[in-house]
Amino acid sequence: MTTVEHAEHVDVEESAPTAAPPEERPIGYGRLKRKEDPRFVRGKGNYVDDVLLPGMLHGAVLRSPFAHARIVSIDTSAAEAHPKVKAVITGKTLEGLGLAWMPTLSMDTQAVLATDKVRFQGQEVAFVVAEDHYAARDAVELIDIEYEPLPAVIDARRAMDADAPVIRDDKEGRTDNHIFDWEAGDPEAANAVFERADVVVRQEMLYPRVHPAPLETCGCVASMDPVEGKLTLWETCQAPHAHRTLVAMVAGIPEQKIRIVAPDIGGGFGNKVGIYPGYVCAVVGSIVTGKPVKWMEDRSENLMSTSFARDYHMTGEIAATRDGKILGIRADVLADHGAFNGTAQPTKYPAGFFHIFTGSYDIEAAHCKVTGVYTNKAPGGVAYACSFRVTEAVYLVERMVDCLANELGRDPAELRMQNLLRPEQFPYENKTGWTYDSGDYPTTLRKAMDIAGYEQLREEQRRRRAEGKPMGIGVSFFTEVVGAGARKHFDILGLGMADGCELRVHPTGKAVVRLSVQTQGQGHETTFAQIVAEELGIPPEDIQVVHGDTDQTPFGLGTYGSRSTPVSGAAAAVVARKVRDKARLIAGAMLEVSPDDLDWEKGRWFVRGDPSAGKSIQEIALAAHGTLELPEGVEGHLEATTVYNPPNLTFPYGAYICVVDVDPGTGVVKVRRFIAVDDCGTRINPMIIEGQVHGGLADGVGMALMQLIGFDEDGNCLSGSFMDYLLPTALEVPDWELGYTVTPSPHHPIGAKGIGESATVGSPPAVVNAVMDAIGVRHADMPLTPSRVWHAMHGGVGAPQ
Amino acid sequence: MQVPASFDYRRAESVDDALALLERYGDGARVIAGGHSLLPMMKLRLARPEYLVDINDLTELDYLRLDGDRLRIGALTRHRKLLESEVVEHFFPIFTDAERVIADPPVRNRGTIGGSLCQADPSEDLSAVCSALAAEVVIRGRGGERVVPVHEFYRGPYETAVGVGEMLVEVRIPVRHRAGSAYEKVERKAGDWAVAAAGAALALAQDGRIEVAGIGLAAVGADAVHARAAEELLRGREPSEELFAEAGRRAGDDCEPVADNRGTAEYKRHLAAELTSRALRRAAARAAAGVEAGAGV
Amino acid sequence: MQVSINVNGTDYNAEVEPRHLLVRFLREDLRLTGTHWGCDTSNCGTCVVLLDGEPVKSCTVLAAMASGHSVRTVEGLEGPDGLDPVQQGFMEEHGLQCGFCTPGMMLTARALLDRNHDPSEEQIREAISGQLCRCTGYLNIVRAVRWAAEHQARAQTESPSQSETAGV
Ligand SMILES: Cc1cc2nc3c(=O)[nH]c(=O)nc-3n(C[C@H](O)[C@H](O)[C@H](O)COP(=O)(O)OP(=O)(O)OC[C@H]3O[C@@H](n4cnc5c(N)ncnc54)[C@H](O)[C@@H]3O)c2cc1C
Ligand code: FES
Ligand code: FES
Repeated sequence: MTTVEHAEHVDVEESAPTAAPPEERPIGYGRLKRKEDPRFVRGKGNYVDDVLLPGMLHGAVLRSPFAHARIVSIDTSAAEAHPKVKAVITGKTLEGLGLAWMPTLSMDTQAVLATDKVRFQGQEVAFVVAEDHYAARDAVELIDIEYEPLPAVIDARRAMDADAPVIRDDKEGRTDNHIFDWEAGDPEAANAVFERADVVVRQEMLYPRVHPAPLETCGCVASMDPVEGKLTLWETCQAPHAHRTLVAMVAGIPEQKIRIVAPDIGGGFGNKVGIYPGYVCAVVGSIVTGKPVKWMEDRSENLMSTSFARDYHMTGEIAATRDGKILGIRADVLADHGAFNGTAQPTKYPAGFFHIFTGSYDIEAAHCKVTGVYTNKAPGGVAYACSFRVTEAVYLVERMVDCLANELGRDPAELRMQNLLRPEQFPYENKTGWTYDSGDYPTTLRKAMDIAGYEQLREEQRRRRAEGKPMGIGVSFFTEVVGAGARKHFDILGLGMADGCELRVHPTGKAVVRLSVQTQGQGHETTFAQIVAEELGIPPEDIQVVHGDTDQTPFGLGTYGSRSTPVSGAAAAVVARKVRDKARLIAGAMLEVSPDDLDWEKGRWFVRGDPSAGKSIQEIALAAHGTLELPEGVEGHLEATTVYNPPNLTFPYGAYICVVDVDPGTGVVKVRRFIAVDDCGTRINPMIIEGQVHGGLADGVGMALMQLIGFDEDGNCLSGSFMDYLLPTALEVPDWELGYTVTPSPHHPIGAKGIGESATVGSPPAVVNAVMDAIGVRHADMPLTPSRVWHAMHGGVGAPQ
Repeated sequence: MQVPASFDYRRAESVDDALALLERYGDGARVIAGGHSLLPMMKLRLARPEYLVDINDLTELDYLRLDGDRLRIGALTRHRKLLESEVVEHFFPIFTDAERVIADPPVRNRGTIGGSLCQADPSEDLSAVCSALAAEVVIRGRGGERVVPVHEFYRGPYETAVGVGEMLVEVRIPVRHRAGSAYEKVERKAGDWAVAAAGAALALAQDGRIEVAGIGLAAVGADAVHARAAEELLRGREPSEELFAEAGRRAGDDCEPVADNRGTAEYKRHLAAELTSRALRRAAARAAAGVEAGAGV
Repeated sequence: MQVSINVNGTDYNAEVEPRHLLVRFLREDLRLTGTHWGCDTSNCGTCVVLLDGEPVKSCTVLAAMASGHSVRTVEGLEGPDGLDPVQQGFMEEHGLQCGFCTPGMMLTARALLDRNHDPSEEQIREAISGQLCRCTGYLNIVRAVRWAAEHQARAQTESPSQSETAGV
């Protein structure tokens, strides 16, 4: 630390002897090292599996080996006889408690432990509670179940066949596997533009089933205090408050007697939104044994039974004039929801935000139709950094634009530039009912092209092609929709999507802010401190961020769909402004002037026209707790609470360019470069934003090239371990090249838009477009494994199963 | 986390001790070396040995020794050591090529050549390498040692010539003059098992013709580790692009891949051909470079 | 059975089942929960610790096999003079998000830097290629290791377990 740097910093942090250079520790927005890191780098994080309670027992789940089978009998006697086993729970046990079935996030029901039938391979059938983990695992093998296998529905396209077996015969009157039909947009208007279009391109595509696969699997520790009647549940959970309410509804425990603790979470990506049968079993296990019960999934359980994502069979159509003006887009989708409809979605839209498939383009008409069906596969479809089906929508439109470019013989970047919405069109009402808040799309695309050296790349591509070396350049431009959501549009199981926030400034000027959202690595402890710091001028290290414990924090719906910054970030800013307003009144009393005569500069109120007469927020905090005569109507102390109801969603966007090389002899794809220019509005901590983008890009490369939850014809899951469910390593991904533009959201208190999922949404089409560009094929479905690429080059390749 | 079923564990203090333990516990006993094939299978409960005989203390089996016209590799030699050995790279670059793409660095710190060969997984890379190099393996029992050509060592997937109460102690590889070798593998990502792989080892005669040709394949069928027809084609011929392409085609025709997550049978057959000719090309180039540099002569 | 394992410089003796995995021994018996796990098939590398100074997947080593050897975990990275440069590098370069892969990544980085004081980006990527990270997209991990390499000289402190296990 040089003296000069210290001196520069003197007025804001006199007391800190080791203050870093100003750019290192902004009071407010800017690059700031994370507050959570010191514990993580020492191995002192506290994840669910690290929880150890006195007398804690261990649970293990027995799962179905069949995709579809009737349960003839269950014999648990041998397991019960195991000396270390404390309880064996079956569907029968649960039926007695009214817990054999639970509601899903889509108003469907899901079996906690199967009673009548098993409906997917890996479904929960029995739960063993034992003294240690090894014994629990051993005892599971001792349970004897007789099954009568039934024909299974694996291909969603056969689910509605007349002779398809009915999966949900538990539901009265069910005669088929249909879940819902839903549409958006204007079919007539769409027909009209398709009829007059010079060019119509149609393409079938599958966004295959994938899994979020956070490195930490899901699990919980359930501890029922029989005296207090209070349940404490440590969970790998992205939405602790929603879980508390759901547990209250499912288990009939009074909500004030439930405490959900989400400690450190080893990644979520949507996998930790829902409630899984294992959690309910652990709770029951704790009630039955009177001891805390831990249950942690193994990786196979994670991949085979918890929320998958995507599985959208889509047919896209795009209509354009001969000179490349896009007129309309249509989509027809068959959605595979698995055996129970467990999708987390805002109920008004069973396909989530899929109707953002109109993309970033100025079009005249659009229409989509989505049909959801049951299959004998794991339920879920919740997420995977997808903001409720935006991933599928963006993939569809960005592939269709490339198909159109291919049809017209146009450069895909140039074709996009021609059709992008222009800045003056915002706020823009799209053709399916969304209002895009703000954007300057052409600038962002141009920036990406400049970083990439787009024109030179095309030149290089021509040269390499001539040498027989396929190289591809893929472009995608995406508009995300995040921050669910406005009361009139959204709810989950009747719960609105507003977030509470509480802020308290202590007498010494240090603060604590309490959030309802739950970090899984996004760095909330840092970002939210920075938001409050920006508003109040209290250094971020003086602000404690409390989250992850429902006894300690206000209600809110949790972290997924990139909603933390758009919703809770707004709440944090609003609550800080409330505190600031209150501080103004107190400062007025301290300075004996009217509050109206005070002006604010970061961290202090001062008398307008006399900057030397002022009070810092720390001084005001002390006075607020002290003996100062408070103005009329002002309560003591310096604190506030708020509930933020988002008026609209926010619409981050970006332009991505991917460069690949393909080995023509083997079909092996190498991602050589990846350029990502994102616009997420106001940037709170650029370091964290970039980290979020990096992670999402790696995810997108993984989905495009290798990730697939596959099944054989009998419904056996072929991707139940990391040997077969492939995730990219450091060797499959390039050095990311990032850029950004800033177009603040006009309706968000700080203009921020959310960045958590942009890259996951935007990158798969860029990679696929690049590979198609390299091999000169219009379309091949993901994952673009060497085998699939090679087949695409030699006559074509079908959808993966 | 999946965990193994119960078993008993003994740590061998010497090769003789290990053999005595293996004999005592018979059928239910398994050697554990690196444990990186065996323990995952035990966790998934696909393997349930009653006794594990840990040979990791037998440092006498951890060696790389150039001994006259052959390289002797102790069964407990770890992947990492093979990868980093300059001697190996100089005489058998095929090993180095393969080791770079076998599993990943922490796995290579544990996995051994003995475990790799004894696992006899049809996708295993060192089996293909040893096949291309026409290695011999030394199997020891309480009754003594026998030397078995690697081509007779495989008895099918997960089956080898190692009998009950025996263990593999050494792999021997003939050092040839004017030789070159190479390994080519296609994997879906780093650390993945091969979609298909091919290794080639050539030794040239004085006149530049191919004197000795070895081709080993991985992941293209249980009986296809050794590509005989392609080897026969090469012997006595002048190295050329066309010859290598034809040898590749033969290797492709001869194998029997099955479709799975990694790829279709047709694709793997294509790879067997493509990778064989690529490996041959590089092996020949290395042999020629060696001759030019006066190395390996 | 009886095992005796030196962990972060301290000898631990314990009675364990032969099937007890090293990762579980560290986490449960020693309560060193900084070592995590993430799979059943030895693929994810979340569980990496240093065994006699070299990275290994502790889910694929029996506690019994580690008996008589020395193990270094994330809890043993910080020395008497403060954080290891690798730990600092991860904080400086935002090399972690959820922190779950981080202990294993840092230990691999430590072992790499012990052998190679100036690893290239390619060498770093290769060294961590047996370990998955779902959050960071790896680039900042690479930068973190580079940061540590560049700041090594300033903070050359060897922890006791490291010197004990040298030369393996
Ligand atoms: C994630 C991962 C990825 C991998 N990827 C690859 C890959 O791409 N290519 C590849 O080739 N391999 C791969 N492997 C396997 C790896 O190379 C193993 O280390 C190797 O196959 C087995 O060696 P080991 O010493 O660990 O054997 P162990 O697991 O100890 O033993 C394997 C078998 O051999 C027997 N055995 C071991 N030593 C002897 C002996 N001396 N005498 C008799 N029997 C013996 C054992 O009883 C057991 O049946 C991978 C492994 C993992 C975990
Ligand atoms: S836990 Fe995945 S490799 Fe060890
Ligand atoms: S930081 Fe989350 S897995 Fe690496």
